[in-house]
Amino acid sequence: MTTVLTPELTANWDQPDSFTLEGYKRAGGYRALPKALAMEPDQVIQTLKDSALRGRGGAGFPTGLKWGFIPQGDNKPHYLVVNADESEPGACKDMPTLLNNPHALIEGIVIACYAFRAHEAFIYVRGEVLHVIRRLHNAVAEAAAAGYLGTDVLGTGFDLNVVVHAGAGAYICGEETALLDSLEGFRGQPRLKPPFPAVAGLYACPTVVNNVESIASVPYIVLHGAENFASYGTERSKGFGIFSLSGHVTTPGQYEAPLGTTLRELLGLAGGIRDGRRLKFWTPGGSSTPLFTEEQLDVPLDYESVAKAGSMLGTRSVQLFDETVCVVRVVLRWAEFYQHESCGKCTPCREGSFWVVQMLQRLESGGGSEADLEKLLDVCSNITGRAFCALGDSIEPSVKSSIKYFRDEYLEHQRQGGCPFDPAASTLFGFAGGSGGPSPRGNDAAMETA
Amino acid sequence: MALTQEARARLEPDAARIIARYPRTRSALLPLLHLVQAEEGFVSEEGIEFCAEQLGLAHAEVTAVASFYTMYKRRRPGDFHVGVCTNSLCAVMGGDAIFADLQDHLGIGNDETTADGKVSLEHLECNAACDYAPVVMVNWEFFDNMTPQSARDLVDGLRTGADVQPTRGAPRLCTWKQASRILAGFPDDQAAEGHTAGPASLAGLKVAKEQGWTPEDGDQS
Repeated sequence: MTTVLTPELTANWDQPDSFTLEGYKRAGGYRALPKALAMEPDQVIQTLKDSALRGRGGAGFPTGLKWGFIPQGDNKPHYLVVNADESEPGACKDMPTLLNNPHALIEGIVIACYAFRAHEAFIYVRGEVLHVIRRLHNAVAEAAAAGYLGTDVLGTGFDLNVVVHAGAGAYICGEETALLDSLEGFRGQPRLKPPFPAVAGLYACPTVVNNVESIASVPYIVLHGAENFASYGTERSKGFGIFSLSGHVTTPGQYEAPLGTTLRELLGLAGGIRDGRRLKFWTPGGSSTPLFTEEQLDVPLDYESVAKAGSMLGTRSVQLFDETVCVVRVVLRWAEFYQHESCGKCTPCREGSFWVVQMLQRLESGGGSEADLEKLLDVCSNITGRAFCALGDSIEPSVKSSIKYFRDEYLEHQRQGGCPFDPAASTLFGFAGGSGGPSPRGNDAAMETA
Repeated sequence: MALTQEARARLEPDAARIIARYPRTRSALLPLLHLVQAEEGFVSEEGIEFCAEQLGLAHAEVTAVASFYTMYKRRRPGDFHVGVCTNSLCAVMGGDAIFADLQDHLGIGNDETTADGKVSLEHLECNAACDYAPVVMVNWEFFDNMTPQSARDLVDGLRTGADVQPTRGAPRLCTWKQASRILAGFPDDQAAEGHTAGPASLAGLKVAKEQGWTPEDGDQS
């Protein structure tokens, strides 16, 4: 039987106690850990390499390879830092994972640290999720009480301490080196690479920074074998992962599926676009990834196929927008996000994001001219590749792809002297005669409701 | 309000516990800032000085960090911080309408607090709950699938002291200060409480269960 969905991390979420140690064990949890601890550490790393798991935080770097980069016998402390700073617009998989299944992460942490010989792990979780943070503290305490953490884990002589560290509101801290600076007690600003964290990470010591889902996938791989995991997915994008569908879809939510599943297949499971409307555009991997339209419904959602079609798989954060939505409004709001979240370190990102926002505001409110589109693209192309980190590179994709697919919609704003869309029509509640609301920033884009 | 001597004496053991979690002391700065915010509701000059003293840092070094992160407030917010997501997806699905309506209903603007000190309002960036859009956060708990009317009812309830519960989160809503203390790493006793897997979290699992799909046997196709 072909398995279309592969619930693993999500498999026990419908159990009321899924987040507890007991609930996790009842669902088969903490069976991988003794197995891993009975293996040689290098053998665990090899298992991860064989599974071909690629980092689930967006970049897709092979997890086993990353672990293998940690120098051994170097007499320095090694650290694992779990990136739980999920903040990319569209990304909403790690927070429900931590709410409902935090022990999968804890078990993965212990196995990972045993493999690359770390005795200290940090979970850097975004601060704006109070209940997630409670659940993490609770899971760490439960695991320690059960002997899975602390000194002499399960009597093997392996020691591990895990610290839950709450951030304080900064998207940039999802970038691994900015995260490390933040964890060291500084402003979250990215570092120039190299050196990479595997050589000089936290406190200039060898450090692995992994996404929540990457680490939480480790117990399954150890328990069921690399071959089982690698039987899913496509040639170079193995395994399965969570696809997060949001927006104008009938049944939004989390769909755990093999990489290479298409949006057409996912939409088939999620009841299609709401109210029988048409899909207008979508992001395959969050706001940093170039837009797709109906044309890409059959693109396999794996790293290679999505890249070949002109976008990025990213975090499989599929945001769906139907025909009621103004693409200029959406792209403007993302640009405002990047402007707000730019850490200010690199001039092209810090200054460029302000220019991009101003130009998009003018275009959305019906001002400007067609020449502005070329100027906008020019400014964007001067940000991409000219900043320390990927935040700067994230501004251009939605701008460029929206102009590519919807150039005429930009121009229609100028012809009409304002936004041609009724913002009330795109709301979930669609109240009659209501307003979709002005931009919260009170800028020119508020014209769209005029 | 300054950080009183009494408060400082009370916070020092907490600060020591925070610092002890880390291999290097400066890593304690973010949780220490959450700690002083839990005391005063915002990060005051005295709060900054307290953090600086605990870590042997200059006042300016702490200020540089405190001013970088949006969750640290320079003015005291209300007991209940109401955040409306107005990033693209929530915005078009109703977040803009909710935010505009709440401003009108409460008679305050962005980053302002009602005169009774109960509710402050802020528009937020993405809060990682897009499958429940439009999303409103109260003291960093999830209120899912909101409408202008349900948001009005929510803030009215907060102001009148009604029993307001998040859609996914702890049933007893923390005050802003209590929430800040949890962020400093001193959780309350509500971890085991509350409903957390809403319909969107279970959407794929539901379909898979109906079809009998599980990954354990490997891909047979």
